[in-house]
Amino acid sequence: MTVVKQKLLALSGDEAVAYAVKQSDVDVVAAYPITPQTIIVEKFSEYVHNGEVDTEFICVESEHSALTACLAAAATGARTFTASASAGLALMHEILYVTSGCRAPVVMTIVNRALSAPINIHCDHADSMVERDASWIQIYVENSQEAYDSTIQAFKIAEHPDILLPAMVMLDAFFLSHTLESVNVLLDATVREFVGTRKIPLVRSHEGKLVPFKLDPKNPVTMGPLDLYDYYFEHKKQQEEAMQRALQTIKQVHDEYGEISGRRYGNGLIDPYRLEDADIAAICVGSTAGTTKVVVDQLRAKGVKAGLLRLRTYRPFPSQDLREALENVKAIAVMDRSNSFGAYGGPIFHEVRHVLYDAPTRPQVVNYIYGLGGRDMPQALIHEIYKDLQKIVKTKRVEKPVQFIGVRE
Amino acid sequence: MSSEWKFTTKDLAEKPELLMPGHRACAGCGPAVVYRQILKATRGPIIATNATGCMEVVTTIYPYTAWRIPWIHTAFENVAANAAGIETALKVMKRKGHLKHDHIDVIAFAGDGGTYDIGLQALSGAVERGHDFLYVLYDNEAYMNTGIQRSGGTPHCASTTTSPAGRVIPGKPEYKKPIADIMVAHGIPYVAAASPAYWRDLITKARKGLEVKGPAFLHALAPCPRGWRYDTSKTIEIARLAVETCVFPLWEAVDGEHSLSAPSKVIALKPERKKPVREYLKNQGRFRHLFTPEFEHIIDEIEHIVDRRWKLLLKKCGMA
Repeated sequence: MTVVKQKLLALSGDEAVAYAVKQSDVDVVAAYPITPQTIIVEKFSEYVHNGEVDTEFICVESEHSALTACLAAAATGARTFTASASAGLALMHEILYVTSGCRAPVVMTIVNRALSAPINIHCDHADSMVERDASWIQIYVENSQEAYDSTIQAFKIAEHPDILLPAMVMLDAFFLSHTLESVNVLLDATVREFVGTRKIPLVRSHEGKLVPFKLDPKNPVTMGPLDLYDYYFEHKKQQEEAMQRALQTIKQVHDEYGEISGRRYGNGLIDPYRLEDADIAAICVGSTAGTTKVVVDQLRAKGVKAGLLRLRTYRPFPSQDLREALENVKAIAVMDRSNSFGAYGGPIFHEVRHVLYDAPTRPQVVNYIYGLGGRDMPQALIHEIYKDLQKIVKTKRVEKPVQFIGVRE
Repeated sequence: MSSEWKFTTKDLAEKPELLMPGHRACAGCGPAVVYRQILKATRGPIIATNATGCMEVVTTIYPYTAWRIPWIHTAFENVAANAAGIETALKVMKRKGHLKHDHIDVIAFAGDGGTYDIGLQALSGAVERGHDFLYVLYDNEAYMNTGIQRSGGTPHCASTTTSPAGRVIPGKPEYKKPIADIMVAHGIPYVAAASPAYWRDLITKARKGLEVKGPAFLHALAPCPRGWRYDTSKTIEIARLAVETCVFPLWEAVDGEHSLSAPSKVIALKPERKKPVREYLKNQGRFRHLFTPEFEHIIDEIEHIVDRRWKLLLKKCGMA
C-alpha cells in the first residue's frame, strides 16, 4: 500500500483527538466535565450539533456514569468513546476494572493532569499511572500528530477479536492538549475504511450456542454476573492472555496504519532515538521525549553517545523489546512524571529496572521524578541527567539511585 | 398511555417465564416475586440491567443464569447509567441500520440501596436527560445483600444491623425518604407505587412504564423475610398489609397528575377500612422492640406519620 492523500491542519492536541474520533464512526460518546474537562468533548459536541457526525452524545452527570454509559453501550454493540483527566479518571477507577472485566472495547483519551490535593490542573502522569493495573491498554503520545494517529489505532486494537480490551491514549495536559501544532489528517473515507464497522465476535452462551458477544434479544447472554472462586480466576487469566496478545496487535495495527499514513512511532511499543550505539540513555513517556531528543542531538554533536527510549505502550508492558533495546546501554535514567509515594522510585522505573534484571549485562538504572503538577522540564535539567549518567559510567558508582529533579530543596 | 390495556390470568399463565426457576433467592423472597410479575408485563424484545444487590447475586452465579433475556450488571451505583448507555446505543445503531429489531425496551432493576442512596445521582441524571427506560426499584428497605444494613429506604425505628434496636436508640432514628415523590419532581412522564400482593396492578404499572415514552419509575415494595424477620410464608400477606394500613399506598402519577390505584382508593372512599399500623408492624421482627412498654408509644408516632403522608397523598390525588 502507498501513503495516501492527507490534509495539513493546525490543531491542538485536544482538537486532533476530537478530529480522529469524528472520523472513526463512533456511535456513542458520553462525557462529563470534571475539574476540568478538555476541549476534546467540547469540540466533539460541535460536530454533533452541526450534524457532522452520526453519533449520540450523552452529557452524563458524572465521570462514573460517563464510563458506565460507554461500557453499557459497547456491551450493546456500539463503538464508544470518552475523554477524561485527573479527578475524573480517579472517579472512574471502579468502572475501569468493570469495563475491562466485561471485555468492552471502550476507547478513552486521558489528558494527563495532576491529582488533587492541592488541586492542580497541569500535567503530570499520576492520574493514568495509578490505573496501570486496570487491564486497559495504555499508549502515551509525544505530540498532537501522534495523539491523532493513536486514537484511530486505539479503536482497531481494542475491538480486535483477539483483544477485546479497553484502551486509553494519554497526552500531556497543556504541553500537547492546548498547544497548536501542524497535524496531518487522513481523509474521512480512509479512516472509515481503516477502522471499519465494529465486528462482534461469537462466544458460547449459557445455552451452549455460539452467539454474538453483545446484548441481543435474539441471543440472550448474561454479562457481568456473580463469578466466585470457581471461575473468576480463569476469567482474569484470560484478560492477561489478551493483554499479552495485544503486544503483537498493537505492532500490527501500528504497521498497517504506517503503511497508509507514512507515520511510524518506533515499532508501536517502544520508540528509540539514536539508541543503537548509545552508552547512556534516558527513558520517558509523553511530550518530554521531544525536548530530550534535542538534548540527545546536542550531546551527540559533542561526541557523547547518548540516546533515548520513549516508551509508547506502557500496557501491555513491552518487556522483551525494552530489554533488547537497552541491554548494551551502560547507564539508564528513567524519568517518571509521577511518584509512587513510599516506594523505591516511580512506576516506570520499577518496571524498567525489573525487566533489565534479566539482561545479560545488567545496566545501571537510576530514577528521576520530575515535572509534577506541570513543572517545566527544560533542556538544562535533562542535560544534568545525562551528565549524571556519564559520571556513573565513568565511576561505576551510583550515588543516588532515586531522586527528584527540578524541585526546591 | 395504554390504560385500556388488560391482563387476564390466562394471558399471564401462558406467557413464558423470562426469569427461570432454580435461582438462589431465599424462600419467600419478595423481590423474586416482584421480578417475576414485572417480566410478565413485557411487550416484546427487552434488555435488562441490574444494580449490584440480592437479585443480581441470586440470578447469575456463573456459570448459571436465570435470565432468558439479555442482561448486564456493572456496579452498584450506576444502573441508570447502564440503561442510558444501552438505550442510546440502540437508538444510534437503529439509525445506522445495525439493529435487527424495530424497538427494544430497556429495564433497569435496583434495590433500595442502589436507588435511594448510592444510585440516586445516576438515576437523577438519567431521567433528567429523558432516556426511554423503565426503572424498577425493588424496595426491601435495607441492604439485604450485604447483611441487613439500614438504607435511605429503611422505615423509622426498624431494627437493622447498622441501626439496631438498642437500649437507648430503638432502631433507625430517621424516616423513609420519599423517593417516588422525588422522581415525580423530576417531571418524568410516569411514576407508580405497587405491591406484589396486588399483582394485576403491579404488572399493569410495569407495562405502562415500558410503554410510556421517556423515563418511568416503578416503586415496588418487596418484603424480605430475612431482613424483616417474619415467616417465609407471609411475604404476600405483609405486602398486602402495607397497603391496607396505608404504610405503602398504591398510586401512580402520569405526567405529574396523581391518582390512587384501586386497593388504596377503596380505603380513601371508606376510611373505616384502613387497618391500624400495628397490624402491619406486629408480625415483623424488625419492629418487635416497639411492642415493649418502653417503646410502645412509638407505634402511635408511626401511625401519625403514616396518616400525615396519606393525607398529603389524598390531596395530591384530589381526594382530600
